[in-house]
Amino acid sequence: MTEKILLCGNEAIAEAAIQSGCRYYYGYPITPQNEISAYMSYRMPQVGGTFIQAESELAAINMVYGTATTGKRVLTSSSGPGISLKQEGISYLAGSELPAVIVNVMRAGPGLGNITPSQADYFQATRGGGHGDYRTIVLAPASVQESADLTKRAFVLADKYRIPVMLLLDGMQGQMREPVLIEPLKETEQFDKSWCLTGCKGRKPNIARSLYLEDKALPDLNERLLKRYAEIEKREIDVDQYKTGDADIVIVAYGTPARMCRSMVDLFRKKGVKVGLFRPITLWPFPYDLLEKTSKHTQEYLVVEWSAGQLIEDVRLALGKSKPIHFHGVLGGRLMKINEVESKLDSIIANMGAHI
Amino acid sequence: MTTYTVPEILNEARTHYCAGCGHGILHRLVAEVIDEMGLREEAIGVAPVGCAVIAYEYLNFDMSEAAHGRAPAVATGIKRSLPDKLVFTYQGDGDLLAIGCTELIHAANRGENITIFFANNNVYGMTGGQMAPTTLEGQKTLTTPSGRNIKDTGHPIDAMKLLENFQSVVFLARGILTSPKEIAKTKSYIRKAFEIQQQGIGFSMVEVLSQCPTYWRMTPVNALKHIEQTVTKQFPTGIFKDI
Repeated sequence: MTEKILLCGNEAIAEAAIQSGCRYYYGYPITPQNEISAYMSYRMPQVGGTFIQAESELAAINMVYGTATTGKRVLTSSSGPGISLKQEGISYLAGSELPAVIVNVMRAGPGLGNITPSQADYFQATRGGGHGDYRTIVLAPASVQESADLTKRAFVLADKYRIPVMLLLDGMQGQMREPVLIEPLKETEQFDKSWCLTGCKGRKPNIARSLYLEDKALPDLNERLLKRYAEIEKREIDVDQYKTGDADIVIVAYGTPARMCRSMVDLFRKKGVKVGLFRPITLWPFPYDLLEKTSKHTQEYLVVEWSAGQLIEDVRLALGKSKPIHFHGVLGGRLMKINEVESKLDSIIANMGAHI
Repeated sequence: MTTYTVPEILNEARTHYCAGCGHGILHRLVAEVIDEMGLREEAIGVAPVGCAVIAYEYLNFDMSEAAHGRAPAVATGIKRSLPDKLVFTYQGDGDLLAIGCTELIHAANRGENITIFFANNNVYGMTGGQMAPTTLEGQKTLTTPSGRNIKDTGHPIDAMKLLENFQSVVFLARGILTSPKEIAKTKSYIRKAFEIQQQGIGFSMVEVLSQCPTYWRMTPVNALKHIEQTVTKQFPTGIFKDI
């Protein structure tokens, strides 16, 4: 596609996957991500790809596993309750060192919760979710354009590190419509595919596995993964910093709340208060060091998220107890109003007193 | 005189299976058929969770593990990606009919062009001999110490009956491994199933009543007699569907 079109975030992810060379999509219906499978159901046949509406999220993630063993780009998507079901498969993907992209368009929980946009799956996404010592790269878009762009990046990162990559977006990001330009992914790297299952012609058999019974074999796998994770932490951290360079107050937020907070930065700057926005784009690896750097000049921090407080734990890990960290969240099932953030900032500023 | 040799497709690994277990025979049959069809380099197998979890230690071609019960979904993902390859799963009774029943039914109903080999030994072997969906009425296991009581635990599930009404299922057969004659018959089912897949006709499954002397608390010879005299009463052998 060479011109801007109007798509919702879910559709933009689906089209960006196609433009990244993904030809396999397996999914199971759940709101608020259904536009992805609806889009794929007609788009995949147009490009000679495969679309299966699986019998469950378990089946879908294991179809992903199967296609991933063959080295092809493959996508699945779901929301909270369905992502919980996929966690078994995500752990197996991580253990078997297989590349795949998983989209979580977050709804409110716990349990069945409801379909209100939410960010309450932050822990599940960034802390593993499934069993075992493993990581998934987690990318958090804050616009429809960025949803498309990060989808393309997700496929590249998955191939580069042979790792499952999760796109984590709140339901608002999935549902809202914006003009978006989705050009074909420009491949700049060749990825090693010698490990794939393709039939063993001319080589020794390849095995896709996460079971290691031999002495030291499992510690070896875990060590290999840890080294890869350290490499990712060194190379792939991404953050959008908006006017944080001289900020007295830094807001930390991702996804839709970050967009709300960006307008707060402009509003308070007009009032003469130096507010900035620190928006992590990679939630794992989290930009701890970059956030800590702001504490040289920043006095107070405000974490804004659509949960009872999950992102705030990474902010605490970055800053320790050196600076006050305020929190404004909403509990699952309620939407946040922008004037709540304004009031919160007002009260922080009032309490800061003379030093502003 | 017939000279038996190790097929190219079997690794000369030391077996981890118990004495008298049926898995070794079934592995060999699958391997022999693939060899005879000249498809070693085209084959991709999916191992289950259960006693056959490390089937890839013996089978000398590309293979994948699968999470417990999910082998038909993994095989779906492989076959859709590589439709020209010979894709099969090798699963036990707990893997296929308990935790993986959903994946089995829907792969069958979609008519996935894959083959499932179902080793049914009426018991969970890997975990120490618990009741399986196919445990016979009255059979003693670790979790049915007084014998399986169908009032509490339901009846043994018959995979042939379960699948035969699905219109997309094209080949169903059940064999045993109790004598050279029966082994030859079972091998012919395996070959038929692979031929059907090669022709792209659709979903095929071969169930094999496999002996588990260890958890049946029987000698290997008595385990074979038990299959012929008792297990086949519950699970009759033969071709159940051949379209």
